[in-house]
Amino acid sequence: MNEKAPILELQDVRFRWPGRVVFEMSVPDFSVAPGETVLLLGESGSGKSTLLSLICGTVLAQAGRVSVAGTALDELSGGKRDRFRGEHVGVVFQQFNLLPFGSVLENIRLPLRFAPERRARVADEAQEAARLCNALGLPEAVLGSRAAALSVGQQQRVAVARALIGQPPILLADEPTSALDEESQSAFLDLMFKQVRASGATLLMVSHDPRLSTRFDRVVRMSDIAHVERQAA
Amino acid sequence: MILRLAIASLFARALTVGMTVLAIGLSVMLFLGVEKVRTGAKASFADTISGTDLIVGARSGSVQLLLYSVFRIGNATNNVTWQSYQDIAAWPEVEWIVPISLGDSHRQFRVMGTTPAFFERYKYRRDRGLSVADGVLMDDLFDAVIGADVANALGYRVDDPIVVAHGLASFLHHDDQPFRVAGILEKTGTPVDRTVIVSLAAIEAIHVDWKSGARAPGAGTPEEVIRQMDLTPNAITAALVGVESPIQIFGLQRAINEYSEEPLLAILPGVALQELWAIVGVAETALLAVSAMVVVTALIGMMATIFSSLNERRREMAIFRAMGARPRVIVAMLVLEAVLTAALGGALGLGLLYFGLIVAQPIVDSAFGLWLPIEAPALRELWVLIGVIVAGAVVSLVPALRAYRLSLADGMMVRT
Repeated sequence: MNEKAPILELQDVRFRWPGRVVFEMSVPDFSVAPGETVLLLGESGSGKSTLLSLICGTVLAQAGRVSVAGTALDELSGGKRDRFRGEHVGVVFQQFNLLPFGSVLENIRLPLRFAPERRARVADEAQEAARLCNALGLPEAVLGSRAAALSVGQQQRVAVARALIGQPPILLADEPTSALDEESQSAFLDLMFKQVRASGATLLMVSHDPRLSTRFDRVVRMSDIAHVERQAA
Repeated sequence: MILRLAIASLFARALTVGMTVLAIGLSVMLFLGVEKVRTGAKASFADTISGTDLIVGARSGSVQLLLYSVFRIGNATNNVTWQSYQDIAAWPEVEWIVPISLGDSHRQFRVMGTTPAFFERYKYRRDRGLSVADGVLMDDLFDAVIGADVANALGYRVDDPIVVAHGLASFLHHDDQPFRVAGILEKTGTPVDRTVIVSLAAIEAIHVDWKSGARAPGAGTPEEVIRQMDLTPNAITAALVGVESPIQIFGLQRAINEYSEEPLLAILPGVALQELWAIVGVAETALLAVSAMVVVTALIGMMATIFSSLNERRREMAIFRAMGARPRVIVAMLVLEAVLTAALGGALGLGLLYFGLIVAQPIVDSAFGLWLPIEAPALRELWVLIGVIVAGAVVSLVPALRAYRLSLADGMMVRT
């Protein structure tokens, strides 16, 4: 892979959610370099989540090009896109990241079930999960407990461990700190950044909170890269 | 791990899943139970008389002969003369022969005259014989042995006097010759339970003073005189026959059917029972259909449960999708869940069935004379279970396909 080539690239993208409310978004040009940490700032409704869905390939743009790690997503079939996402992208949601009925270890190992290449990079899944938990400030005993028994802050860290296991090149985080209080926000970000840098992953995080800006290589406003049009159907 | 997660997911919703499992379990139990009762009733019916090779009566229809001779339903069109009876009894193929004489009643129950050999030769449920629950078999001319239902319905005990009416549902009572209850038989679940059994001679004795269905004028013949009389009957209603060797059954049947002295009919009880069941057994199919509908209802209940769980589980599906699971993994998980639920329900149903059988078997046997055998699940029952599981999978496809569409449309960013 060419080092200079962006790991994420959206060009002349136009997307429209089917049905219900008319929501149209266009992204003329947006790209992220490998290893970069980017904060995408935007209010709710600015199309942040839609952008993430496009990058994940769970939805396809009607026009334009979305390429991830040098692969144009629209050239892949649905099943291949799902597999591609599993291999290349780790995701942390705002909250409710984990399967509440599974153990922490099961939750962390879950993406490896769908991503054989990531699985191959991990020699011992339980050991790697324990290492990540440890690095993210979680007690090792937490691995065996049910995910639902954890505090929200702990759940978010487990979600980061899950997103990073097997070293996918890209980490997408959708407001991962908004459910946390200010103190734990900062501690959480410290730990997440440390692990992102350690794994060499590219981080794209969306948030509405400009105070987080200082930690990132680059801050992009949603309104600068995307044009959104919505109207009631 | 996916299987373990699916099971964990089911456990997390233990209450609703438990209700669904219970509903399926009960419906499966009902279905298998009906099936058991159905086959049990059929077997019980077929076992009403066994060990008897031929039933001989006046020429009529085979079902009719079976109905009046074994089930005491309806009447004989004609009698068999005593000469014919003795003639046949003397044939070398005949190992044993038991005459029965019908036509009188006691209250709502039929009276049957026969010989003591009846108690030895009449078998039901393959090799079960009649036995006395209380008292003894008749040894006096005016002794009667009554079936369990007769004793129960009329509150009779041993040594109670009973009066036999001439004809059926008649008001003419044979007051002169009161009988005594000598013994009460064990419950058998056969028409014997509803029969008053007396000796052949007793039937004759009742009719000493009767001519052409009306009482002869003049004083009744005293008991002592009757006891001195020759009470050999002129005719009997039918006879149960056992042959020396099974290969002689058809030959003997033909010989009796072609008997030149008198038009007679010999039937194989098993064959006639099957003919009769073909008439009676129509209701069983309806019953089975109804219980099958109950199973279908339970499965549709499961479908509704899965449907209503979809909304709260969109988050769960979005997580799987974000991890790289294809939409068909979501479908597979929902179908797997339904299969597990249906399998649990089926297993529960089977468990409940056996529990119910163990509890109910003696009760059903003594109350209805219906023997429900407790056996390992037959191939047929396993097919029912497999059918329930497959139907569960098919039914779950409807919500699963909806989840498939939802997970495609949601992308992975579900608002919660």
